[in-house]
Amino acid sequence: MSTGVDLVDYDDAIARFDPVIGIEVHVELGTRTKMFDGAEQTFGEEPNTHVTPVSLGLPGALPAVNGTAVEYAIRIGLALNCQIAASCRFARKNYFYPDVPKNFQTSQYDEPIAHDGWVDVELEDGTVFRVEVERAHMEEDAGKNTHVGGSTGRIHGAEYSLVDYNRAGVPLVEIVTRPITGAGARAPEVARAYVQTLRDMFRALGVSEARMERGNVRADVNVSLRPTPESALGTRTETKNVNSFRSVERSVRYEISRQAAVLDAGGTVVQETRHWHEDTGSTTSGRVKSDAEDYRYFPEPDLVPIVPDPAWVEEIRATLPELPAARRRRLLAEWGFADAEMRDVVNAGAVELIEATVAAGATPAAARKWWMGELARTAKQQEVELADLPITPAQIGALQQLVDAGRINDKLARQVLEGVLAGEGDPEQVVVARGLEVVSDDGPLLEAIDAALAAQPDVADKIRSGNLGPVGAIIGAVMKATRGQADAGRVRELVLERVQA
Amino acid sequence: MSDLTRLSAAALAEQLRTREVTSVEATQAHLDRMAAVEPAVHAYLHVAADSALATAADVDARRAAGEDLHALAGVPIAVKDVVVTRGVPTTVGSKILEGWVPPYDATLVEKIKAAGLPILGKTNMDEFAMGSSTEHSAYGNTHNPWDLERIPGGSGGGSAAAVAAYEAPLAIGTDTGGSIRQPAAVTGTVGVKPTYGSVSRYGLVALASSLDQAGPCTRTVLDAALLHELIGGHDPRDATSLPDPATGYVDAARAGATGDLTGVRVGVVRELQGEGYQPGVLARFEESLELLRGAGAEIVEVSCPHFTYALAAYYLILPAEASSNLAKFDGMRFGLRVEPSEGPVTAERVMAATRGQGFGDEVKRRIILGTYALSAGYYDAYYGSAQKVRTLIQRDFAAAFEAADVLVSPTAPTTAFRLGEKLDDPLAMYLNDVATIPANLAGVPGMSLPSGLSDDGLPAGFQILAPAREDARLYRVGAALEALLETSWDGPLLGRAPELDGGAAR
Repeated sequence: MSTGVDLVDYDDAIARFDPVIGIEVHVELGTRTKMFDGAEQTFGEEPNTHVTPVSLGLPGALPAVNGTAVEYAIRIGLALNCQIAASCRFARKNYFYPDVPKNFQTSQYDEPIAHDGWVDVELEDGTVFRVEVERAHMEEDAGKNTHVGGSTGRIHGAEYSLVDYNRAGVPLVEIVTRPITGAGARAPEVARAYVQTLRDMFRALGVSEARMERGNVRADVNVSLRPTPESALGTRTETKNVNSFRSVERSVRYEISRQAAVLDAGGTVVQETRHWHEDTGSTTSGRVKSDAEDYRYFPEPDLVPIVPDPAWVEEIRATLPELPAARRRRLLAEWGFADAEMRDVVNAGAVELIEATVAAGATPAAARKWWMGELARTAKQQEVELADLPITPAQIGALQQLVDAGRINDKLARQVLEGVLAGEGDPEQVVVARGLEVVSDDGPLLEAIDAALAAQPDVADKIRSGNLGPVGAIIGAVMKATRGQADAGRVRELVLERVQA
Repeated sequence: MSDLTRLSAAALAEQLRTREVTSVEATQAHLDRMAAVEPAVHAYLHVAADSALATAADVDARRAAGEDLHALAGVPIAVKDVVVTRGVPTTVGSKILEGWVPPYDATLVEKIKAAGLPILGKTNMDEFAMGSSTEHSAYGNTHNPWDLERIPGGSGGGSAAAVAAYEAPLAIGTDTGGSIRQPAAVTGTVGVKPTYGSVSRYGLVALASSLDQAGPCTRTVLDAALLHELIGGHDPRDATSLPDPATGYVDAARAGATGDLTGVRVGVVRELQGEGYQPGVLARFEESLELLRGAGAEIVEVSCPHFTYALAAYYLILPAEASSNLAKFDGMRFGLRVEPSEGPVTAERVMAATRGQGFGDEVKRRIILGTYALSAGYYDAYYGSAQKVRTLIQRDFAAAFEAADVLVSPTAPTTAFRLGEKLDDPLAMYLNDVATIPANLAGVPGMSLPSGLSDDGLPAGFQILAPAREDARLYRVGAALEALLETSWDGPLLGRAPELDGGAAR
């Protein structure tokens, strides 16, 4: 093993240990401005251009709570079947680090805005697993440190560090599960499905773009092992900032194998934070939690408690959109897909795309064929999310309509798709620019057919004598001559007419 | 033309309004006074002569053009260096912010600028407002204009001394445990701590967020009312700011100045007199009570039994909040940055070196106290208990205000002590705020006005406290007492302060 760490075979580990997991998901809220000040939220802009005295933590600056962030937090709490607190408040979590401009983070501690909820998670085979939610609380994000000069990009070995406070103060909601037990061998899958379910929910609620690759959604994954489900909870590790669904699953799997090896060797699991390494598929030790910092939490004296009006909470509840699970059930019925087909669609993140494509005029089956076929392959090749391909559901709808109208055939349609993906414009524009329209005028077709028959006289004779087998050879030659733009059905008709004539 | 520095702000404002004098003349008169007495008093850390004169000239031009201006337009003002001022250095009396020029204005500074008051400069203070004598300033102490060997009070000694020494008609102070009222008491000036949330804290470098309150330092009660109305009112940038408009204080002061207090119940707080209080201070207090009685007030005695614990609770809550508020001063983004003299330059080591060198002893003492009080395992015993005491003190006030409309006491137990006298005895220093602290813990407003000279020839202060959001009562009772006292003294108390510049005409 290149990492030099002993691992127990996963199935072997599961046979002898019961895994318990816990997940903390952070989601950045898509509010226009930050949690406590009027600086606009952005992504990918010049460092330190979206800051105010508040987000820089300048002397004298004071926080003021963003009402939209509170509304979004309540929306999330309600969607997670949580109780919304009648009154809640912020606390200060004190620690020194350059990406935290005030040297404390303003967060909810003992009084979160939402608590005691649950979410049903659907696994790949259709099994539904209920995850209990302990709490959902609001806090502010930190800035972003870039360590320059070292080989690893980590602070150790770096020559200097740059700090960007554009992200400092962006509102976050952190959702903390209760210990998830009873998943057994499927713990890694449950972890992944849970994070995916939350991501879909955030998008449906309109509270975040929830883009994993931008760090909009980040998961900290706790794993512990115990001999049997009846035993007390074992010592846990916390793998920080896992950034993709696949990594969530892999990191849980890895930790189960690693901890089993530690226990097998007679060792004890150390309570610590661990870092996930996507490239090696392994975790390494971070900070040891046993000498964890004392955060000296106390109620934030610059803010007053938040007391959501119950009528307002009910108003938010009444306007919650249809959540992904319910929507999936409805669409399954509407579209008439098989269960397995629907699961593939969900797993590929294609529900919204297919829905929008159907709205653009395609049949559900056609929409599914495009997104789950050609486009899924392209996305996989380019290693991007399906939704991030440079093509819209409306364009797929238009493409399918061209096929349905007989203006292009399937083969041409794939070329049109290629053109759209290459940025050549809408399907119609690609058809015109590339000259891909099906040749429906008989004139050029007859010319090509006559040429083909003349070139293969023995084939023509066979057809004339009633052996229709070799017709395909003639059709193929015609298709070749017309660069695929001929309607194969029409060519066949014309060949038979010509031979009999 | 009389000496423009001797006028009250209200009187100066009237002369400006009638264009008898210009703001440039008034501002220059104060700058000249500063040139003469600053070497002895050292009330200012930074003098902003050019921008003050520019503001004055602008106001004069606007007035000449017939513009409708704020009542105090053109009246110069001094601002305690804890208040953030755009383009003007703000040090909070600390080396750690030496040379820092803020890129923004505090809300109250925005209001002052919008109203056209020339800002003369930034006044000296105890470092991060921690102290009762202005001896903890990293830039040297301020001297009491009544006796240059004595302290001007703290932490706002600079603002109080500037007003007492005629270096500014108005000043801004902040009061976390008495830092406006106690300096007012020992310099013979008027100081008001408004209701918590009455004046925005946005742009005040925080000491203890739940206690800090900015307010006026002036020579008369009416001036304080005028300034309070200018700087007060709701600010959405401060979540603890009250929605109330800042109105009615000037009217209350004018009504009080007629000297009629018929039907007003004045409660004497039993716990804030007696042991530890200088006899001369108590004598002036008793005389003031008699004047109030003579004006029709009903004098009642009230008891606030938990005030005994106020000092102890305060010295847990304040350091706890301060330890967190001061964490941002780390050498990373603004102010002083000290690299370790040897070894690797890491973030932690730069923070440690900067804080080690940038903070003074009193600041370090309180950060350590506060860090300890908040730490795991001690939180409930210290911070938690202190918050419970705070609730009990609030209840004491509530009960006392059932029996009385305002509560009164001496502002500080003694007159100004000598420089250096208590510097090595922090606990003795803390005792000076024993009468002012309960108001901060409860968020109620308080005023100190001069009650006369104690037997040592130094000013004593009379404190008036009112229920939260009833600041107008302070102005009514304060203005009445001020009028009665000045009649008995035949003029303002400050008129008896020693001249400092060798015989300029009064």
